[in-house]
Amino acid sequence: MFDRLRFLFQLTRADKIARRYFVTNGFDGALTILGLTMGFYASGGVAIPVAISACLGAAIALTVSGFASAYVSETAEREQELKELEQALGHDLEDTAHGRAARLVPVLIGTVNGFAPFIMALLIITPLWLSEAGMALPLAPLEASIVVAFITLFLLGAFIGTVSHRFWLWSGLRTLLIGLLTAGIILIIGA
Amino acid sequence: MSSIKRIVLDVLKPHQPNALDFASAIADQNPGCHVKVTVTEIDEKTETTVVVIESDDIPYQTIVETITGLGASVHSIDEVEVSNSPPPER
Repeated sequence: MFDRLRFLFQLTRADKIARRYFVTNGFDGALTILGLTMGFYASGGVAIPVAISACLGAAIALTVSGFASAYVSETAEREQELKELEQALGHDLEDTAHGRAARLVPVLIGTVNGFAPFIMALLIITPLWLSEAGMALPLAPLEASIVVAFITLFLLGAFIGTVSHRFWLWSGLRTLLIGLLTAGIILIIGA
Repeated sequence: MSSIKRIVLDVLKPHQPNALDFASAIADQNPGCHVKVTVTEIDEKTETTVVVIESDDIPYQTIVETITGLGASVHSIDEVEVSNSPPPER
């Protein structure tokens, strides 16, 4: 089954698209949750259950939005491509690998696009959960979440760097800098 | 009983799968077949190819189903070699 999926991904070159979506929406998710936690921190802090609910709500909204937007746009793109290919070949492609790819790839890309921000959000709010579960953390829960958000952003940047064959450290530092700038702006506005 | 030993097909296919994946897919689905794909013409969205298949007994229908399953179509049979082996001696 995985071989078939890999074949369909190669056929439509969807692997690169999925990777791009993962990074783009994962970055969106990490930065959104960083924004939320920074907002809570700048306003003097809120009860941890409130922060968890707010972050989880944002994560779910990003997941649904990510899935729906990628699915709708990819379906339209794939249908258009399939029609053009059918015209060029002069026959129907519904029951071919191309037809199956046109139906399946939007779902897979939508799933990647939807779950990328969700995974990032879960990572970032893990310290809040751990704190609620009674685990002692080296930092205050919100501060620990903010640190995890910076680490997540750095790792995403490092991943982009590795994929694009650039120096991973520089790429990671660049996305980290974007996170620090965002946090700084929120602190200035929220102070 | 006659069997197809060699067949040359004129096939119009999309750019993807490429010639290597296309030939591999045909060979994978039809064990024992030696497959050679030559791209003779490239258009914006399609490629005209010559597919040469050799085997002791080529399952023509399965070959055509594999080719159409990959989005391509057989335009013509350009060459074919069929052999009728004598019945085994008693």
